Amino acid sequence: MPMTMSEKILSKKAGRRVYPGEHIVADVDLVYAHDGTAPLTIEMIEELGLRELRSRAIFTIDHASPPPNVDAAANHRRMRDFASRWGVRIFDVGEGICHQVIPERGLVKPWDLVIGADSHTVTLGALGAFATGVGSTDAAIAMLTGKIWLKVPESIAVKVDGTLKNHVTAKDVILEVIGKLGSDGANYKAVEFLGSAVEAMSLDSKMVLANMSVEMGAKVAMIPTDGRTSEWLKERVGHFEGIWPDEEANYSAFYEFSAGEIKPNVSLPNSVDHVAPVEEVEGEEVDLVFIGSCSGGRFEDFLLASRIMRGRKLKEGVRCIAVPASKEVQMKLIDSGLMRSLLEFGCTVGPPTCGPCIGAHMGLAGPGETVVSTSTRNFPGRMGSPDSRVYLASPLTAAASAVEGKLTDPGRFLS
Amino acid sequence: MIVGRVWRLGDDITTDHIIPGRLKYSSGSLEDMKKYVFNDLIPNFHESVKPGDVIVAGKNFGYGSSREHAARLLKIVGIGAVIASSFARIFYRNAVNVGLPVIEAEIEADQWDIVKVHLEEGKIENITKSLVFTFKPFPREILEIFEEGGIVEYFRRRGKFPWE
Repeated sequence: MPMTMSEKILSKKAGRRVYPGEHIVADVDLVYAHDGTAPLTIEMIEELGLRELRSRAIFTIDHASPPPNVDAAANHRRMRDFASRWGVRIFDVGEGICHQVIPERGLVKPWDLVIGADSHTVTLGALGAFATGVGSTDAAIAMLTGKIWLKVPESIAVKVDGTLKNHVTAKDVILEVIGKLGSDGANYKAVEFLGSAVEAMSLDSKMVLANMSVEMGAKVAMIPTDGRTSEWLKERVGHFEGIWPDEEANYSAFYEFSAGEIKPNVSLPNSVDHVAPVEEVEGEEVDLVFIGSCSGGRFEDFLLASRIMRGRKLKEGVRCIAVPASKEVQMKLIDSGLMRSLLEFGCTVGPPTCGPCIGAHMGLAGPGETVVSTSTRNFPGRMGSPDSRVYLASPLTAAASAVEGKLTDPGRFLS
Repeated sequence: MIVGRVWRLGDDITTDHIIPGRLKYSSGSLEDMKKYVFNDLIPNFHESVKPGDVIVAGKNFGYGSSREHAARLLKIVGIGAVIASSFARIFYRNAVNVGLPVIEAEIEADQWDIVKVHLEEGKIENITKSLVFTFKPFPREILEIFEEGGIVEYFRRRGKFPWE
C-alpha cells in the first residue's frame, strides 16, 4: 500500500507498517533540548533515577544566550555540568539556534526520527526527517529509553506549483498557507509540501516552510529530498538515502496554491493566521524591525534583506536588529561582505541567539511600539511589552519597512 | 473527582498567555513563575485561583511553544482540569505527562459556574446549571498517568512506562 513520507518513517521506526490514528512506540535517532527546556529535562532525568541515556542527545544554549541575567547563567552552568557527566553534546553560547546548528553540523539526515524540546523542531522536516516538538518530560524519557510513544498522524498535502514573483519569498508562501488553513488547520497532522515551487526552493527557504508549519498545529512538516537538498546534505552527512512520498499516497486533504498569485504577506497582530497582503495594510509606523530567529535568520534571509538595504539607510528613529541564526551564518555574512552592508544600512547585529523572538532579550519592544519581524510568532507580549504590536513578514518586507519607517510592500523597491 | 469553579476563556489561548516567555526567561524556578500565570490576560490570577478550579476554553488551547512550564504551572496553581473544544498537540502531551487532566469537550458553562468532572466515566456535570455533558473516556494508560499524578510519578511507582 502506498505511503506518505511520515508514514514511511514511522513504519521503519516502529518495525512494522503503521496506519494513521494508531498509537505506536518508535525508535528515536536524536533528542535535543535548549536552555528554555533542558533545565526541566535534567530535573526529570534526575528524578527518574536511571543511570544512562539510550539515545543520542544534544543541548543547545540559544534562548537566553549569552545569559541576560544571573538565573539564566545558572541554568547554563547546570546544562554544561550535566552534559559533561552524561555525555550529552552541547552547542554553547554563540554557536546558534538548535534548529539551525544541528542540521548544519550534519547531525540530521532524511529518515531520522528526531524529538526536540521545542515547538519549532518541525523545521528539520525540510531535510526529510520526521522531527517533532515535545515538552521537557517527553524529551527526558526519550533520552533515557531511546523511544517515544506517538499517534501516527494523518497526512495532508500542500502543493505549490509555478514560479514565485521576484519580491515574494518562502515566508510569504507559508503565511498564505497558514492564513488559509488557520492556527489549528493542521493540528495533529503531518503536512507534506509538494509541487514545483517547493522543489525549486533552496534548503534555507524549505526550512522556512517547515518551520512555520507548527503555527497551524502541524506535528511534522515533510519535504522531499530533491536536488538542492541532496547537495547540501552530501557536504554535511556524507551518504544518505532520500525520501519521497509514494505516488498514490493517501492524503486526508490536498491544498493547492499557485505560486505566481502569491503576494508579499504579513501576519497582523496578534495572531499568526491573521494574514493579509502587505499592500492592503501598508502605512503603520514602525519602531523596531527584527531580522532573525529559526524562521528568518538564515543566510538567505540576510541576502534578501540586503537586496533592499544596500545603498539605502535605516529610517531615523527606527531600530533594526539583525541576529544570525548560527555562527556559520554569521561567518558567511562576514565572508560575503553582507555584514558590512547590514551595519552600513544601520542594523544592530547581535550574536547568534533566538534573541527578541521569544522576548528574552536583545532588543525587546516597548509599550505601544510596532514591530515588523521575520520571526515565528506575534502573540501578545511575545516580543516584549503586552502593548506592542508585531507584524510577521518576509525579510524583504522587513527591509522595505526599515527603509520607510512604516509597514511597506517590498514591491515598491523590487518588481 | 474534580469539583471547582469555572474560569471561562476563549479560543487560541497560547502558551504565551499562560506564561509569557519574557517573564519565564527572567525567572528561576517554577515557584517564582507562579505569580505570572495568565499575567497579560487575567490580573492577579494566581491569587484568585482556588484548588480544583476548572478552565473551560474554546478551540486550540495551549497553542504555541513547547514550554512544559505552561501545563506544570496550571497544575501548580491548583487548576483541577482544563476542558476545551480542542487542544494544541504539544500542550496536550505535556499536560498528560505532568498529570493535568485535559478534556476535549464542548460544554455550556459560564464564569464561576461550579462543575464536577468524572474522569473515568467521561462525564462533566455543570452543577450551577443542572446540565450534564459527556466526553470520550480516556484509555486505561492515560487514566493511570492522571491517577499517579504524572508520568514521572508513574515510573517511580511502577518501574516502567505505560507502554512497556
